[in-house]
Amino acid sequence: MILPLLDIRDLTFRVGDQKILDQLDLTIQPREIHALLGANGSGKTTLAYVLMGCEGYVPSGGHILFNGTDLLPLKMYERARFGLTLAWQEPARFEGITVREYLSLGKPDYDPEPALRQVGLDPERYLNRRVDKTLSGGERHRVELASVLSMKPTLAILDEPAAGIDMLSMNHIIDIIRALKAAGGSVLLITHQEEVALIADRASQLCAGRIIFSGSPREAVAHFRGRTCVRCDGEVCHYVRP
Amino acid sequence: MSDLDDLRRTLPMVGAEPSILDDTNIAHVVAHGHHILSRRTVPGLRVDIEETPDAIVGKLIVEAGVQIAQPIHMCFGLAHPTGVQQITIDVQICEGAQARVLSHCLFPLAQAAEHRMQAVVEIGPGASLIYTEGHYHGPHGGMQVLPHATVKIGKGARYFSDFSLLSGSVGNLDIDYLVEVEKDGIAELTAKIFAHKTDRIALKETVVLRGERSRGLIKTRVVLDGEARAEITGITEAHAKGARGHVDCMEIVQGQAHASAIPIVRVFHPEAKVTHEAAIGSVDKKELETLMARGLTPEQAVEVIVSGILR
Repeated sequence: MILPLLDIRDLTFRVGDQKILDQLDLTIQPREIHALLGANGSGKTTLAYVLMGCEGYVPSGGHILFNGTDLLPLKMYERARFGLTLAWQEPARFEGITVREYLSLGKPDYDPEPALRQVGLDPERYLNRRVDKTLSGGERHRVELASVLSMKPTLAILDEPAAGIDMLSMNHIIDIIRALKAAGGSVLLITHQEEVALIADRASQLCAGRIIFSGSPREAVAHFRGRTCVRCDGEVCHYVRP
Repeated sequence: MSDLDDLRRTLPMVGAEPSILDDTNIAHVVAHGHHILSRRTVPGLRVDIEETPDAIVGKLIVEAGVQIAQPIHMCFGLAHPTGVQQITIDVQICEGAQARVLSHCLFPLAQAAEHRMQAVVEIGPGASLIYTEGHYHGPHGGMQVLPHATVKIGKGARYFSDFSLLSGSVGNLDIDYLVEVEKDGIAELTAKIFAHKTDRIALKETVVLRGERSRGLIKTRVVLDGEARAEITGITEAHAKGARGHVDCMEIVQGQAHASAIPIVRVFHPEAKVTHEAAIGSVDKKELETLMARGLTPEQAVEVIVSGILR
């Protein structure tokens, strides 16, 4: 029996009295692309922050096993060194730091050109650009994905990786997600875009902090599109029983 | 070892090669305290500088229409723990001339010393001056550093200044620059300072946009740690049609340090515009977490962010 790469049990995260994640269960297998769908406010990004160990995102209950190791006692950078990383929905901007330096962080001998080409950016034009506000939203997203690629992560959490990406460049994003898998990694893919979700091996739908459906991406997308929420009956997420 | 050798050895700390002082194509002035140790000029550049008991006094003139190919290096400093250096200098970049001045202020051992600079800079019509001033201080602090300058930028002239103090502990730094810009002139003032221990930083930069379509930018980046204090004042006044100015101040505060930013904008013409932005705080949490999600420790992440800001 293959142990799941990520095994989340009864995960609860509260802000005050409100449960943002409510006894959430989710597993991700090695070399699996797992899409996570859900309405705004359903807890997708919170789950990403709890998994990564962002400041202020300590769960009040539950367990997270990553490669068989309890993730919760680990600091954020320790989780990263363990093979977990996160690409933010709105990536940070860094004054003064070039794309070359950003992609080579902690890896002085790393050649960033292949990763940059893989995200559809010409190294000659971009390596010496700054990772600051002079990059467009789409360019910044692609640099972020190149940075994730450069880490060769065991599990990459991608929060809306195609946000702000033009239609012509969508294939690059899809290729990158597949490249992460081809390199032996898994991807937790948070997305609202059906065409992106459909490349996943499995998909889950989140509502009010709990997984309400898991299955094939087509089933999950149909479930999501069909506005069928068996958990809250439309009171929280506006998805109702068929 | 001579004072000249001592200062030469310190040049790499501000990014300059000691061999520049041997190159006959490169103009330079080297002064230790109130003694001129070395000087060289090049065609089109007049360097009239002399020692007095209380100061180094003189003029630096780039003749009209002349383009000085290599940067002019001005190395000032003290190689001893104590001492006083007063520099009183007039810089004239005549009409249509172009020059780049690299000023290296070197105080590797200073503990109770004083460095004062009083400069009057005139940039003639259509002329251009790029002025870069790099400070290197040892770990002791205890200095009084007071660079004060008045800069007049003529019609269509350009002035770009870049002040940096990134190494060591300075003590007290009190900068006061007043820049006046005539029609179609451009002034860009950048200052980057990393203050440590009990350093006290007072930085006041004033840009007065007098002429039509004149433009000004004041950009300041300050990082403070230990018990350092900083007060940054960026003033821009626009007096004429089409004048555009911007004040951009960012201060990162760590440890027990304190910082304040005072951007002042004044507009005296309905078709002029001045904007400002100021941000003071600790290192941005999202930037920090992004780097930690790439495996950097918090300390490594702060170092990367700070080095980028001060670049």
